[in-house]
Amino acid sequence: MIESLFTAQVLLGILTSGIRLATPYLYAGIGETFGQRSGVLNLGVEGQMLLGAFAAFYAVRQTGNLWLGLLAAILVGGLMGLAMAFVSVTLRAKQGISGIGFFLFGLGMSDLLFQTLLGTVQTVSGFRPLAIPLLSRIPVLGPVFFNQSFLVYAAYLLVPIANYVMNHTTLGLKIRAVGENPEAADSLGVSVSRVRYFTVTLGGVFSGLAGASLSIALLNVFQQGMTSGLGFIAVALVYFGGWRVWGVLAGSLLFSMVNALQLWVQVLGLPIPSEFAVMMPYVLTIVALVVAVQRVRPPTALTKPFVREG
Amino acid sequence: MCGIIKRFPGVLANDCVDFAVHQGEVHALLGENGAGKSTLMKVLYGLYRPDDGEILLNGEPVQITSPTDAIRFGIGMIHQHFMLVPSLTVAENVALGLPSSRGVITDLDRVSKRITELGKTYGLQVDPRARVWQLSVGQQQRVEIIKALYRGAELLILDEPTAVLTPQEVAEFFQILRQMVKEGHSVIFISHKLQEVLDISDRVTVLRDGAVVGSRLKGTMTKAELARMMVGRDVGFQRNRAPVTPGEVRLSLHDVWARSDRGTDALQGVSLEVRAGEILGLAGVSGNGQRELAQVINGLRPVARGHVQLEGKDTTGVSPVELIAQGLAYIPEERMRDGMIRDFSVAENLILREHATAPFARRGFLDFKAIARVAAGHIVDFNVKTPSQETLAKNLSGGNIQKVILARELSREPRVIVAAQPTRGLDIGATIYVHERLLDERSRSLREEKRHGAAILLISEDLDEILALSDRIAVIYEGRIMDIVPSEEATPERLGLLMAGVTKEV
Ligand SMILES: Nc1ncnc2c1ncn2[C@@H]1O[C@H](COP(=O)(O)OP(=O)(O)OP(=O)(O)O)[C@@H](O)[C@H]1O
Ligand SMILES: [Mg+2]
Repeated sequence: MIESLFTAQVLLGILTSGIRLATPYLYAGIGETFGQRSGVLNLGVEGQMLLGAFAAFYAVRQTGNLWLGLLAAILVGGLMGLAMAFVSVTLRAKQGISGIGFFLFGLGMSDLLFQTLLGTVQTVSGFRPLAIPLLSRIPVLGPVFFNQSFLVYAAYLLVPIANYVMNHTTLGLKIRAVGENPEAADSLGVSVSRVRYFTVTLGGVFSGLAGASLSIALLNVFQQGMTSGLGFIAVALVYFGGWRVWGVLAGSLLFSMVNALQLWVQVLGLPIPSEFAVMMPYVLTIVALVVAVQRVRPPTALTKPFVREG
Repeated sequence: MCGIIKRFPGVLANDCVDFAVHQGEVHALLGENGAGKSTLMKVLYGLYRPDDGEILLNGEPVQITSPTDAIRFGIGMIHQHFMLVPSLTVAENVALGLPSSRGVITDLDRVSKRITELGKTYGLQVDPRARVWQLSVGQQQRVEIIKALYRGAELLILDEPTAVLTPQEVAEFFQILRQMVKEGHSVIFISHKLQEVLDISDRVTVLRDGAVVGSRLKGTMTKAELARMMVGRDVGFQRNRAPVTPGEVRLSLHDVWARSDRGTDALQGVSLEVRAGEILGLAGVSGNGQRELAQVINGLRPVARGHVQLEGKDTTGVSPVELIAQGLAYIPEERMRDGMIRDFSVAENLILREHATAPFARRGFLDFKAIARVAAGHIVDFNVKTPSQETLAKNLSGGNIQKVILARELSREPRVIVAAQPTRGLDIGATIYVHERLLDERSRSLREEKRHGAAILLISEDLDEILALSDRIAVIYEGRIMDIVPSEEATPERLGLLMAGVTKEV
């Protein structure tokens, strides 16, 4: 029975869906990386994703325009990010607790909107796979890598871009400095709050996109609580990835592959209890965190609000 | 600056201070620990908002509400406690917050080149690609200076810049200052070393308890007078080192090797012995292994090869907790980072070491009355200037933070003391006090019993301090002990040569 997992066809299937499923992790994880590198832990990612997913879904449902759907997710996510920035930077609230608050808000709000505006689970026709000319014709691997939807490509494109921004731009330098030693950055005229507002809002935008990638590209439905902990895993992935964009990519792929494997285990009806299969990504989260957290040091100022004394 | 007033909860840090700097002068600001020097400078740099008073620049009143304003007005500041991002490289620290020649993309290559140029011109060598956390304190200070020079500051505020430099480095540094002054820059210079102040400044202003005591022009002041203005009484400059016959070996190192954070061999076969009732001075230019040596002895850094022994027992690789129990005291060099918890109160920091034992704790519960009583005693003994015991440690002035650590470490009659730069940043009064305390520890129990006093390893870059206190002097260079000489035979010249790695007299 178990051998049926290891046929070429199934393995390719796992690879294909693994690459697809990494998309929301990538958006949310990269957005969160920016926030955390600047010293803000946003635990509300899950809530931002849910609202983003709903906004995108609803906009597409109403207008039929996928780009408007994306725009809606960006706006809603950005607004949620802005609110988180206000609470954690300006009001200097405890970041852990306020993040949980935003999660609960997103969870409840998206549910309420779903109940009042949609009522039942419906579907949309989301982003279609986009075969890239030539590349997608490469035998075997072509269809795996180059026959995905726009949001999937964009997510992978985001990885080198985000890495470049973080490590080779003046903005990235400010972000890293603010997360390590805000006093030093402040003494050089870098506005700590402006940098953090930017990163946290950006994180919100990416969380919104992560949600949209579920509701109008990967699954094409909206359901209550459809993110099922994915946003929290994305936060964990930032730790796992050692606060580095490439690390987040590695973590995203690892998790999505396990997820894909788990789905195939169910599809093939292997004699593994499905509850156990579903558990795998979460168990992996815990194991990965325990292993990863001992390896690298988080940004020194992470979760610490900045006040100039005096 | 006119009529500057700055209050903190419980303290009047600046009491209507008038202070003026002329173009092209070095103006020294003197005062005891906690006199309000740093506060005044932070007001000028836009880090603190004054409660009253105004700042005039070239006769025009200006509003400086943030460092950005200050930088725009051509004011640069080197802080008493480094304002560097440890995880970033030197070049990144310098480039931070500056526009790049390549727009949004950093131009670290160009910045590095400029840093190397500045380094050459001013003798401030650092590797632009090194990460700041890997640098010694002295090197980090250089980065701070480069940061300000790089920004082309017209008026440079230097808050105790020489505290971490060696005598040679100070001489070079003064060379830089003179060059800058010649080009029309102005410098505000804070230091506790009176000789330096006399050497470099055109004018001196003395603060006491937040208020200006007086100003003097170059040539019209003497060390003794300045000291009197600062402290309010006459102070002596001589140390009295009673003769003591050293007892048994308390601390010994045999062929110890250890790696630095960067993976290089920071210690290359160090062997030392320190006896009871003896102060062994360890002289050397910063970054030659002193930091690693102190860490190795205190169980904070693994020993690659060799042995460390405390009172004859092998303590290589033993945890700091056990070492403390065996009577080892440590006054670390990086006191802000290693010596205290910034967000704890003064009282809590004072009992940090012994917090889990009687009288401070009973069955796991802290006895706050006992803590308060002991803390109050320490505060008086060491003359710690603090509004209250509950004040957070980070709100103390630089020198008073050091006093808290000293009080904690010296108050439990340690058998072995490792003191790294114990008087860096202390005012004259406190320096004298610390020196006397160290000398007391050395000869302590002799008076009462036949036991000997503590064995003290004094790590310092201040040759005067080493010469004044030590019984024997070891010189470290590139992780090796060059020589150990009895202090009677030591001269600054001989030590200076050894510190530069020259063994044979030429
Ligand atoms: N942020 C703060 N909050 C509360 N009190 C403060 C703060 N900063 C400084 N103080 C207090 O103001 C007084 C002056 O401190 P300041 O740092 O200016 O002294 P200093 O002259 O620089 O001394 P040192 O030579 O020790 O550095 C001290 O009593 C200090 O405890
Ligand atoms: Mg000071």
